[in-house]
Amino acid sequence: MVGFDFSNHNRNLALHARGVPLPQATSTGTTIVGCIFDGGVVIAADTRATSGPIVADKNCEKLHYIAPQIWCAGAGTAADTEFTTALISSNLELHSLSTGRKPRVITCMTMLKQHLFRYQGHIGAYLVVAGVDPTGVGLFTVHAHGSTDKLPYVTMGSGSLAAMSVFETQWKPELTRDEAVKLCANAIQAGIWNDLGSGSNVDVCVITENNSTLLRNYITPNVREKKQRNYRFPRGTTAVLNEKVIKREDISKYVTVHELKDDSETAVAEKMELDA
Amino acid sequence: MASAFMQPGFGEAPGYSFSQAPTVAASGAREHSFYPYTDNGGSTLGITGQDFAILAGDTRSTSGYNINTRYAPKVFRIGSDDESGAGGHIVLAVCGFAADGEALKERLDAMVKMYRYQHGKPMSVKACAQRLATILYQKRFFPYYVHAILGGLDEEGKGALYSYDPVGSYEREQCRAAGAAASLIMPFLDNQVNFKNQFVPGSGVGHFLEAREPLPLPRKDVEELVRDAFSSAVERHIEVGDGLQMMVITKDGVEEIYHPLKRD
Amino acid sequence: MNHFPQAWGRPRDDVYGAYNHSYLQMTGPKQHTQSPIVTGTSVLAIKFKDGVVIAADNLASYGSLARFTDVKRLRTFNDTTVVGFGGDVSDMQYLDRLLNSLDIEENYYPEGHRLNAQNLHTYLTKVMYKRRSDFNPLWNAILVAGLDGEEKPFLAYVDLLGTRYSSPSLATGFGAHLAQPVLREYVPDEKAAENLTQETAVEAIKKCMKVLFYRDARSLDKYSIAVITKEGVDLKEDEKLENQSWAFADRIRGYGAQVV
Repeated sequence: MVGFDFSNHNRNLALHARGVPLPQATSTGTTIVGCIFDGGVVIAADTRATSGPIVADKNCEKLHYIAPQIWCAGAGTAADTEFTTALISSNLELHSLSTGRKPRVITCMTMLKQHLFRYQGHIGAYLVVAGVDPTGVGLFTVHAHGSTDKLPYVTMGSGSLAAMSVFETQWKPELTRDEAVKLCANAIQAGIWNDLGSGSNVDVCVITENNSTLLRNYITPNVREKKQRNYRFPRGTTAVLNEKVIKREDISKYVTVHELKDDSETAVAEKMELDA
Repeated sequence: MASAFMQPGFGEAPGYSFSQAPTVAASGAREHSFYPYTDNGGSTLGITGQDFAILAGDTRSTSGYNINTRYAPKVFRIGSDDESGAGGHIVLAVCGFAADGEALKERLDAMVKMYRYQHGKPMSVKACAQRLATILYQKRFFPYYVHAILGGLDEEGKGALYSYDPVGSYEREQCRAAGAAASLIMPFLDNQVNFKNQFVPGSGVGHFLEAREPLPLPRKDVEELVRDAFSSAVERHIEVGDGLQMMVITKDGVEEIYHPLKRD
Repeated sequence: MNHFPQAWGRPRDDVYGAYNHSYLQMTGPKQHTQSPIVTGTSVLAIKFKDGVVIAADNLASYGSLARFTDVKRLRTFNDTTVVGFGGDVSDMQYLDRLLNSLDIEENYYPEGHRLNAQNLHTYLTKVMYKRRSDFNPLWNAILVAGLDGEEKPFLAYVDLLGTRYSSPSLATGFGAHLAQPVLREYVPDEKAAENLTQETAVEAIKKCMKVLFYRDARSLDKYSIAVITKEGVDLKEDEKLENQSWAFADRIRGYGAQVV
């Protein structure tokens, strides 16, 4: 089997008709922008992911890697932007290997629009595709239904109008790299401050002829203020109703046990944020 | 509108056949295109102490993904002579549909003032709370779309707090959060004000561990809790932000405090 | 052909289904004014240190048709206040008549109190809230600009639901999305508005009118603009957008692979 599994479709229709609500997908109700400058292209995004009115992720990455010189900013359903860009990235790599040429932005954009058009908008990916290839600089928007646009400056997502107001007042032909980065960052900030779907930080990606630079958290204007109180509980505050000790000898029958260097170090990849 | 075309066998069948055409006209009134409510977001919160009550609310007003304004108060003095707050000892916090909230505030304010002019004494919080419930229930079938919290000092000088549903069911409580981020703030308050899920360390084993007894908190602690509750709600709820407005009711009157919040 | 002459020439029930009478109701709730017909788009306004600048374009649309191109959507009141209307034009004209009668009534006595912008806004809020509570709304979004009781700049919004709020800058309709981000850069808070000059405020509004003309399909490049200060109202109703830039357009070639 290739592609999506529709075997639950009829069951879900019946459930929906009986009043069972659809599960809420995480959406990147977002501000994403792109802008061409002399010798390259900049794309930028905010870092808020929402699920309804709740902030699901305060610092998510909406700038997706496609190829070394092609990046993509995604708005819409988070899973769709993630998987669609990953799929096209993979296919573009194979295409590049089989042709023996560098991948082109126009190829990427065409693959995306053909993929999305096939699913008639059910894949909710709204993308800004940008890159530099042997034919020059490319900047496109791709809508979930498969339509595309080619413009010197573009915006997408729920903050697209706020961001566009910045481009319509500040954009000029012949921008330098630094001017373009500043312009895009301003456009994203217009979304962050004025659109509730967008917030937190500004991510920027600059692509030029010889390299592409991801400026993760280029601006962080929303650092949380210090809490007034300390919320550390004294040890023993939580009732222990049941206790069972599993010895290392017993558990090592099932899993591999690694020795930790220090008692204070925990073996998690990311350390949890703790109060002082 | 759509309901008129949702006749069985009308839209679903792939091949439209004469025999399937409905011969009975769609019944009932056509759907109204005007909906008289909107949600202006935001959150309010009230906590009482031994001799004070604090009501707070954020100052953001929203519609959809838009910010209407960054300063729209949700907490109002009731029955005070002017903006200075002299003579007032009752505070109302409302969130939900702001136009209804304002109409409700103005009606209650007028009634509390009339009471004072007619009886020559200020209305008690208890009486005001009962009056607010009747005002809300009067509009049972076209409700004020608001969650109201009323605060003040009772006859003994203790902090009093009443919370309401949109049609007038009410209850006196120690603390209450309402509005968009109520579900985020309320569990925090249960834990930090009423010490729910907290036990006294070393007081016993398992089920015999003693629960931590809630005590009335001092004013400074409550103010800090309110600020932390809101700065946390701002982090995780998109409709909460911009500013925090606090009203502290003590025997000396009503004090208003403002703190800025994040604006994203 | 059947034996019922009254049915001749009418859609056959067995083919088209019975006529849906709910479209022609005689009983039940009022159906008129349940949706706007001829409409005006955004109204913009910004406070500055001595007053308020307010603007709206001169277009009245009939759906997607640009129906009337010289409709004045700003009206003065008492020579101290300007009201800007968005939304239904017939409801705007009704409110205009209502405000005229209010004006006459309030000016019977040559001396005494005059309604200021704040009073007028409160009045309009009550009218709008009453009408929405009667399920018979006036389909407008309104900005009231002028000076309050202390002669300080006043700017507030009210709409068909009776929702009201105030801010250093306001915009209705599409302007809430496209103009407000630009205006908030000038006046992020009340303090910034107290330092803004009249020239900068007018420049900000003109900039926003341009953005709206670029991006709002129901807008026009002809507009009205009013500046309200202690000295009175300076209303200009026949302005034209200047210094438009379509520089981005010359490099656009198609939407994909096309290059010429």
